[in-house]
Amino acid sequence: MQTFLIVMILLVLAGTIFDVIHKKSARYFFQNMKKTKSAGDRQIGGSEAARIALATAAHDVLASGEFCNARRRIAHLLTMYGFILFVASTSIMIFGYTDSGSVTPAILPLLWHLGALMVCVGGYWFWFFIRVDVAAEGNSPFRLMLADLFVISLLACTTFALIWSFALSAGGVFLSWFFFLLFIASALALFGGVPWSKFAHMFFKPAAAYEKRISEANGTWNNLPEPADKPAQFGLGIKRQLPRQY
Amino acid sequence: MPTFVYMTRCDGCGHCVDICPSDIMHIDKKYRRAVNIEPNMCWECYSCVKACPQNAIDARGYADFAPLGHSVRVRREEEKGTISWRIKFRDGREKNFVSPITTQPWGEKIPRLADFAVPDNEALENQLLCHEPDALNIETGLPTIEKSKFKQGVYY
Repeated sequence: MQTFLIVMILLVLAGTIFDVIHKKSARYFFQNMKKTKSAGDRQIGGSEAARIALATAAHDVLASGEFCNARRRIAHLLTMYGFILFVASTSIMIFGYTDSGSVTPAILPLLWHLGALMVCVGGYWFWFFIRVDVAAEGNSPFRLMLADLFVISLLACTTFALIWSFALSAGGVFLSWFFFLLFIASALALFGGVPWSKFAHMFFKPAAAYEKRISEANGTWNNLPEPADKPAQFGLGIKRQLPRQY
Repeated sequence: MPTFVYMTRCDGCGHCVDICPSDIMHIDKKYRRAVNIEPNMCWECYSCVKACPQNAIDARGYADFAPLGHSVRVRREEEKGTISWRIKFRDGREKNFVSPITTQPWGEKIPRLADFAVPDNEALENQLLCHEPDALNIETGLPTIEKSKFKQGVYY
């Protein structure tokens, strides 16, 4: 299992590097950042850039602060932290407790199950009720397309992991092996499908959020107008409706 | 001036899909981000540009009408009730405007589409737009022109 986990890490690394080179995303971000910095009314110093990076990490990355829709944000947080718990507890159990005599602390399997469950709750909520092509375009929740590769393989991975765990505790040898193989296959699809899936969004989204904050700090605002400063003269604001009106 | 989407900004929330009167803003099948599937049919109403909470949508001007180097961007702040425009000319000049979103009471003069019944498949396939022909206030239905009344040289 240690070899399998190392192969998965290598697959993610290779897939991400291939994705960055193939789509030229790193080149785009560096060019865009250079353009944003040079067009600004003022230059951003090192300490301010570090403060902005911290704010990006705290708000946009750790708290999924870019989402405007509260339901999408909660679903994303559940999936994100569930995935982190699941992967971290799996890694610790596989690398830390290898001897047959070693006893795994009870907290680790608990975190493993909790992480898988969080991914399932957030992921299925997103899949059946929040996905825009279902919620706003009225397509079938079971329609599959390439953009679903990431969420489907992630959901399959955690769902089969939970069923495998249940089958093991119930004592079904055939079923436990069957779901274990499905779990492994879906993990392979999740980590091996990086170049074709949305997996890379966890790398480029923070970069985009950081660049946006830099453009706000140096006054370019990506050519956007600055936020209105005298709204009182226009009366009360309005409340945006959720996009479910198709 | 068809719209386009900055893919790194978009989070696929669907506001533009929902609001586009031409129904040409869709969700991309590969990345689940918004995409203008038919730029030729975009009439530059800026509805999606204003509705985007991430300011991820921009309009690309035709080069003969708006030379390269210009920028027309808008920020809609519904909690303040304002629409702000920033227009940058290619020679560096800049104009900024702020306007109210609407002078009409929301929910009274402006219908809440969510309160209406969900259209069935027949309505979705129909060529008529939402509330047509009733909303046009034409009792006799949509106007048509007889072919015999066409100007000479106009053939369909």
